[in-house]
Amino acid sequence: MLNPSDLAAIWLTLKLATVTTVLLLLIGTPIAWWLARTRSWWKGPVGAVVALPIVLPPTVIGFYLLLLMGPQGVVGRFTEWAGVGLLPFTFWGLVVASVFYSMPFVVQPIQNAFEALGERPLEAAATLRAAPLDAFFSVALPLARPGFITATILGFAHTVGEFGVVLMIGGNIPDKTRVVSVLIYDHVEALEYGQAHWLAGGMLVFSFLVLLTLYTLTGRKAR
Amino acid sequence: MSIQAQFRLDYPGFALDVDLDLPGRGVTALFGQSGCGKTTLLRCIAGLEHGAGRLEVNGETWQEANSFLPTHRRPLGYVFQDARLFPHLDVGRNLDFGMRRATGAVPQGDTASHNSSRRASIIDLLGLGPLLDRLPEHLSGGEQQRVAIARALLTAPRLLLMDEPLASLDHTRKQEILPYLERLRDELEIPLIYVSHAAEEVARLADHIVVLEGGRAMAQGPLAETLARIDLPIKLGEDAGAVFAATVAERDAEWHLARVEFDGGELWVRDGGVPVGRRVRVRIMARDVSIANSRHDDVSIMNLLPATVIAHAGEDHPSAVLLQLRVGATPLLARLTRRSAQRLALAPGREVWVQIKAVALIG
Repeated sequence: MLNPSDLAAIWLTLKLATVTTVLLLLIGTPIAWWLARTRSWWKGPVGAVVALPIVLPPTVIGFYLLLLMGPQGVVGRFTEWAGVGLLPFTFWGLVVASVFYSMPFVVQPIQNAFEALGERPLEAAATLRAAPLDAFFSVALPLARPGFITATILGFAHTVGEFGVVLMIGGNIPDKTRVVSVLIYDHVEALEYGQAHWLAGGMLVFSFLVLLTLYTLTGRKAR
Repeated sequence: MSIQAQFRLDYPGFALDVDLDLPGRGVTALFGQSGCGKTTLLRCIAGLEHGAGRLEVNGETWQEANSFLPTHRRPLGYVFQDARLFPHLDVGRNLDFGMRRATGAVPQGDTASHNSSRRASIIDLLGLGPLLDRLPEHLSGGEQQRVAIARALLTAPRLLLMDEPLASLDHTRKQEILPYLERLRDELEIPLIYVSHAAEEVARLADHIVVLEGGRAMAQGPLAETLARIDLPIKLGEDAGAVFAATVAERDAEWHLARVEFDGGELWVRDGGVPVGRRVRVRIMARDVSIANSRHDDVSIMNLLPATVIAHAGEDHPSAVLLQLRVGATPLLARLTRRSAQRLALAPGREVWVQIKAVALIG
């Protein structure tokens, strides 16, 4: 059965995934809106940077984030100057890393939804006296809802499943940075296969249920 | 009271360049083939396209060299060709979307009751009562377009713009909406600019017409005058013709005929059930008008009117000429052979009799 340290890891994982997803929806929505509508030359480069985590090994992202957030890094100096200390090996360090790592899984579905929306409903809203921000909240957001559902589920699930970045940035500190995926690794290293089974099986079931929900929801929309 | 619009807009392969002075009341049709720039012009007026130029609507400046009022701050209503109802809102909420924003979020007291009675009368005008709880996806094309018209009207616009509101509908749906548009024309107190490439709609609805070709205005003026111009014959469908207003004066039960009076005379037409006193539009095609130098009562044609020849012009085929005449104040077109025109010595200023073979009442 699950012991207290397993439960703590599960709780930490869910907390990390929730905080990351909320932050990503807040940060990712304006990025997705801009990417969907801009005609700027910067669209290509920005889109490519957002998509990098899809192709890069997590260790590469973790390595550079570690340097950036470390005592010699730009971000590290800033956080020390701001009085919050260094981010690596803390929960908030994991959050920052996860935001980068899961960014494309949130931005891209939202961007696709905004692109599919096009100008037409927004023009209609403008002729009905809706200012741009009003039109965004009253027309664009509700119409892009399927994209937001997909983005939320994928962002959450992808954060739950991360391993390499966590190991690089967070290490393996109980209650602070030891998430489920790392703990499974620990259990296997220690030959505690029974414990590993509980967590790994749980992850398997969780992932399946998430994807099942996603495909059921989006499949219904398509009909 | 007028609308002054000057726009210049350059696209690859297309340029819009117009300078228009439109009446501040009634229906103005922007008429032309697809690609002539009529929709682009309408979008410029709405502020959806930002061309260089100037726009003044009944005394208010909407666009000048250095100022541009964004669309959401222009008191206009816009009906798109594809309705563009918000799919996530039911009909009632679609109607309220613009009304709430145009008339204040929480109307109170007199304003509130004024708004709700206005809402009720527009819902009634467009026959939307039974549709209010439905989602747009469950409406027919014609119903969607009626909702879109009501939605635009409920913003209490000072200018109404319609971009081919009937173009995406089949014939039956068109006939279903046209009467609503005619009622609207008669009850509306604001100017309506109506984009169309369909001559029938223009003849039925417009008071004023702007003919666009290749991004430029070829002609603009009152409908009857402009349609009767022979220097640039504007085809009503496949042929030239005159359209003017008349009033039903008498209905003859024995012969099933109705007498309509217009500025310059009267005509007998088939009685289509239009009540006495009602304003109607009369269309007379050029091919249905023949000319005589004296009055002949020994012909089957009922409508014989004295007229004055104003001008004539050559036609596509060298055998034909198009004659512009005036019956009283009303212009008329007649097509005849060049030989007949010469035989009858039809020079400008000559008094003749026109024999009108067919008269159509169009709404």
